[in-house]
Amino acid sequence: MSVGAPRGLASSGQKPITEILHPLSAADEPPLSPVPDVTVGGHNPSSGAADKDAGLTNGTPVETSSPASASSLFNRLQLDDEPDADAEAEADAHDPYASTETRDLFVTVDDPKKHVSTMETYITYRVSTKTTRIEFDLPEYSVRRRYQDFDWLRIKLEDSQPTHLIPPLPEKFVMKGVVDRFSEEFVETRMKALDKFLKRVADHPVLSFNPHLNAFLSAKDLNKRQGLALLTKVGESVKQVAGGYKLRARPAEFCAMGEYLDTFCQKLGTIDRIAQRILKEQTEYLTELREYGAVYSSWAGSEDELRRPLEGVAGSVSSCCGALEDLSENMSQDFLPVLREYVLYTDSMKNVLRKRDQSQAEYEGRLEAAVLRRQEDRTPVPVEVEKCQDKVECFNADLKADWERWQSNKRQDFKQLLTGMADKNIHYYEKCQAAWESLIALLQDKQTEDKTNETN
Amino acid sequence: MAEDGKEESAATGDSDQPAAGLDSTMVEEGSTLLRRMEISVAEAEKRSGKNSVNMQETFTVYLIETRPMDAIAEGRNPAPDSLWRRYSEFELLRNYLLVTYPFIVVPPLPEKRAEFVWHKLSADNMDPDFVERRRVGLENFLLRVASHPILSNDKILYHFLTEVGGSLSFQSRTADSRLRALSATFRVRNPDKRFVDMKHYSDELQSHTSQLLRARARVADRLYGVYKVHGNYGRVFSEWSAIEKEMGDGLQSAGHHMDAYAASIDDILEEEEHYADQLKEYLFYAEALRAVCRKHELTQFELEMATQDLVSKKQQREELATGIVRTFSFKGMTNKLFGQEAPEQREARLKLLEELIAEGEESVKEKTAECEEHVEGGWVDMQRFKEQKDKDLREALINYAIMQISMCKKGIQVWSNAKECFLKM
Repeated sequence: MSVGAPRGLASSGQKPITEILHPLSAADEPPLSPVPDVTVGGHNPSSGAADKDAGLTNGTPVETSSPASASSLFNRLQLDDEPDADAEAEADAHDPYASTETRDLFVTVDDPKKHVSTMETYITYRVSTKTTRIEFDLPEYSVRRRYQDFDWLRIKLEDSQPTHLIPPLPEKFVMKGVVDRFSEEFVETRMKALDKFLKRVADHPVLSFNPHLNAFLSAKDLNKRQGLALLTKVGESVKQVAGGYKLRARPAEFCAMGEYLDTFCQKLGTIDRIAQRILKEQTEYLTELREYGAVYSSWAGSEDELRRPLEGVAGSVSSCCGALEDLSENMSQDFLPVLREYVLYTDSMKNVLRKRDQSQAEYEGRLEAAVLRRQEDRTPVPVEVEKCQDKVECFNADLKADWERWQSNKRQDFKQLLTGMADKNIHYYEKCQAAWESLIALLQDKQTEDKTNETN
Repeated sequence: MAEDGKEESAATGDSDQPAAGLDSTMVEEGSTLLRRMEISVAEAEKRSGKNSVNMQETFTVYLIETRPMDAIAEGRNPAPDSLWRRYSEFELLRNYLLVTYPFIVVPPLPEKRAEFVWHKLSADNMDPDFVERRRVGLENFLLRVASHPILSNDKILYHFLTEVGGSLSFQSRTADSRLRALSATFRVRNPDKRFVDMKHYSDELQSHTSQLLRARARVADRLYGVYKVHGNYGRVFSEWSAIEKEMGDGLQSAGHHMDAYAASIDDILEEEEHYADQLKEYLFYAEALRAVCRKHELTQFELEMATQDLVSKKQQREELATGIVRTFSFKGMTNKLFGQEAPEQREARLKLLEELIAEGEESVKEKTAECEEHVEGGWVDMQRFKEQKDKDLREALINYAIMQISMCKKGIQVWSNAKECFLKM
């Protein structure tokens, strides 16, 4: 259970971080032991990294290839190369005891529970954290969060890290009449998406050090944290950008990114439609197949010698129906949601590109104005303009880094998604083949049985 | 099957043929025609000609080829005798057999028009696939008839196979009227219970096979849809691969496999048609079985009528002879009212009655014999049919399972290939 960390701490700092056992040191413990609810009151983010400057990233300096990002990438590649990995294996992939020298923050979302109050009913999820980072007071946390809280985190991240790509959340609103918000499948799908979101944030070399993430992971009670004294940069933050900025020249690489995203989004949409169509056809096929099997059963009733073979066929058809149901369920539970989430991810990326454009436009605008003024009355170029230029350059650098990361993740994710789809189809056919082969074995046994009876 | 129609002797139980039951259950002691002669329906051709109302029409003719078995056994390879016949001539032959051997379950012909089609298959009689399947069905019909212990000895059958003849048309007129009698409704008092049960069974067989054929066609339709939609993946993966760097190759090749997957369904379903044809044969066989039971009812009915008639005539004679009227009759009433007839008239009537009674007794004897013969022969053939049916359908089911396994293996192959490509992305 606990790796020796003192529990029930009222405040941080009772034990210096060096004395708290490293999670990796308990090598004999099972990897994902359930973490008890740790009460942490009055917690202040130790980094106190309030954003001083608009637009500058907080905490760590911007590096396109910081050790954390490169190695987490490497870890992802290693783990995802397993042939039978499917979406759920993502959770297992974060095994703290596997190739972990540089990974120091592990998060998991699981254990959904329904809460019923007089005002509303909602689901909470357990968010478990294991870390060795000094920014955290404790090595382990376990808190309960609801979707609203994740959304809060996302908004906070977008506001405080406008130059970075924030991973998307699953859709917020669901049509009440159409989708059952409390059905097992829906909750399961949403939970996986939330888990993915959090993992992506935790893997990001810059976002993972954001104090809002810290609060999200560790604070007992999130909503009451008004006194966290984090400045929300409403003034500076640009949320959904309307677009249409007159740019002098958008650098070619960003143009290429935009074009890529447009086409990619389109293709994703097509794949989604195809998958849905396949599901529809499969459902109709299943209906007919069931009736078909039933006819064999009913025919068996009027036969004697043929009864067993006919019932055997009915049985095999029925097994195939079961296998088909599994396949279809899998497609709709695992494949489609991940696909859709990537559409959202693509939209997020596009949004960041627009923000970058806007920031460049702003800079160009100010520069122009400043140059004009200098020409008129020799006023030197103000500091703000230089800062704008810095901002744009930082933005570009961040974006490029995020782009690479995004591309790499996309490659892994789709490799996993598509091999998963292939696997499921293979399993389906294997099950059907087994059903028919057992029928033949059954019938041929009978045949040899009959033959020996005849010769006797 | 078309390719090896010529040389293959179906008597050796070629597994491609639906007539897989052509072994000990059918070829019995005594030489059936098939033992003496190799028969095949080798080809089909389109012809044009004037029909009975002098209108131009197109139709298909089939080439019947025969070769003596002993020549083949001796290693000689003589050229086959052959003649062309069209479907309607086969129909005439079959009707003749139905009428001449009322207690035999006569093998059915392949369907006249394409039924139970799933949407991709054409329902057009001129469609080459349909013609080909019909050729196979006609050959199967001939083989079954020629290996039947009783039917195979029929002279008309022999002429059908070896001579261009007009003798068939003569038979057709009597065939029609007797066939019509089969569909009339009448009540039988004492039908043989076994035949009643068999008739009931034939209804069940007919209903189940036709249900199965319809359900199978619907399933085929849906399966076709599932496979074909996957072809869209091929296109979109290809388009997507164009904007990718490292992922491009893997996606592109995977797309090709998706195309292959979508294309594979055509062959799969084409093969399944053979299974459908086997089911159809037994659907039509059910009708033939029913006909035998109906024929029994007809002969039994005629016997009962004849017996009834004889009884009433004997009663009349008794009344006339003794003057005692037991049952009400109009003659009796008029006699009472208007007086009896003269003795000479009575004598004349009595004599006539005696003649009629003698005829009636002959008739009853005949019909009883006919009935018994029919029951005996019919029961034997129905047993033979049952054995054949059990064996054939069992094999058909096994072959169906084999087809399904083959389809699964193909599916696994394609998706494994696609998976390889995805892993390389």
